[in-house]
Amino acid sequence: MLIDVHAHFFPERSARADWREYNASRLRAGERIGITVHLNSVLGTFGRSSPTYFPSPADVTYGNEWAFGLQREQPRRVRTYVCVNPNYPDHALAEIERGRAAGAVGIKLAASRRATDPLLDPICAAGARHGLPILHHIWQHRRRDWPGQEASDAAELCHLAARHPTVHFILAHIGGGGDWLHSLAVVSRHGNVLVDLSGSGVDGGMLEACLAAVGAERLLWGTDMTMETGWAKLRYLERLLPPEPLELIRWKNAARIFPPRSFPGD
Amino acid sequence: MRLDVNGFLGAYPWRRVPGTSPEALLAAMDRTGIDTAWVTHLPSLFWRDPTEGNTWLYEAADAHERLEPVPCVHPALPHWEEALSDAATRGAPAVRCDPHHFGLAPVGDEMRVLAAACGAAKLPLLMTVRLEDARQRHPHDLVPELAAASVRALLRSDPDVRLVITHADRPFIEEVHWGSTAAEQARVWWDIAWIWGPPEDHLAHLIATVGVERFVFGTGQPLRIPENAVAKLDLLDLSQRDRAAIESGNVTQGVLG
Repeated sequence: MLIDVHAHFFPERSARADWREYNASRLRAGERIGITVHLNSVLGTFGRSSPTYFPSPADVTYGNEWAFGLQREQPRRVRTYVCVNPNYPDHALAEIERGRAAGAVGIKLAASRRATDPLLDPICAAGARHGLPILHHIWQHRRRDWPGQEASDAAELCHLAARHPTVHFILAHIGGGGDWLHSLAVVSRHGNVLVDLSGSGVDGGMLEACLAAVGAERLLWGTDMTMETGWAKLRYLERLLPPEPLELIRWKNAARIFPPRSFPGD
Repeated sequence: MRLDVNGFLGAYPWRRVPGTSPEALLAAMDRTGIDTAWVTHLPSLFWRDPTEGNTWLYEAADAHERLEPVPCVHPALPHWEEALSDAATRGAPAVRCDPHHFGLAPVGDEMRVLAAACGAAKLPLLMTVRLEDARQRHPHDLVPELAAASVRALLRSDPDVRLVITHADRPFIEEVHWGSTAAEQARVWWDIAWIWGPPEDHLAHLIATVGVERFVFGTGQPLRIPENAVAKLDLLDLSQRDRAAIESGNVTQGVLG
């Protein structure tokens, strides 16, 4: 089994005219790589009618609804994170409840509000209540504000993780830009934070550093926007690790932190 | 036959990178089915005189027949013509000059003279757009990325110059390709190291539009794991002939032809 904990499919009402081809390409590449389940989050309209990282409540609802529909269409190979914008707390909590009813297995926090902000607490409390892990977009070692997002880094995520010790947090795309060494140094001390290996970065030494910082027990395999880099990291790990820790990264860690029966055969 | 045009030996100054020795690079090549790698002495790119690493590079390549040296040439230093002549004499498949790393204007007089000299010597000139993702670079690593305009200008500067550009992405390649004449397009090759695969499918798109003959296999190892370049080829629906062209044919029959 191979679970991609960080996948995006684009909805019809997104900023991409080629959304159908993009989604088909993800599924096709997934078959070739051997991905059993794509864990999908849809960030509103991905910029078409509100910003990707600051989706309006209407876009959040639309994106989630589209994602639930995709899960119904692809019940064997697609699961859903319900995406929320913490600046609208009541709406966010309602979306989480709606997501649970529709079969969502996790919560996606993008970059609408810094992870240290108390507005995230009710969302994390909902995650704790329902046993839903939270995938949090991260800029590895954010040295300044970047346009288009209110990004958090590992230190900021770990503040949040310390306030909610019963919730599993997934630090998004360690290879997705920024100083991953900084993130690894921070997360090593926070047992409820797992590291998602996705992102376009395939730096020599990165995987060894991940294993040294958090061990195979806290690594999750994923792709995000570049599936070849995910496959490359998996191939590298296959040479680096014996079968048992490799299985943890491929799917067992995900099966452990997501709700029971989230995945086939689970 | 799989030939990597984008390999390095030696330490990187901005972070610890494992596997930088010739032996470690050969082990990575064995792991990923790479027969031959063009290699540059990585520390040299950061030295005031980048040609000081060339002797070590030649010795390393002499000791390992699967490694082919791509020495540095710095056209603002007094002995640059000697370095270029050495490269030709030693059978180097290409020479390297990364103008921003060397503190040169990328299309200034020195670079234009070097481009012409490389053309006359029938030695391809290799340059990289970047070594690392801009988002993760060391705070003191302020070297600008190579601009597409610079590549276009160098192609136009001499009718015989042939360029191998590494670590370019789709927008960069398209800007140069569609901003050049057919004759200019035919004198530049792109390594696949930084081009995205699915679901964006940038590499598949570029092969369909720019042409398979313009692409060569490159990894950026050991800065980047070489599995990445292999995986992106494995995700393409390529004929055996096209795959062989990217993996080595475009180098042996195009860049070096």
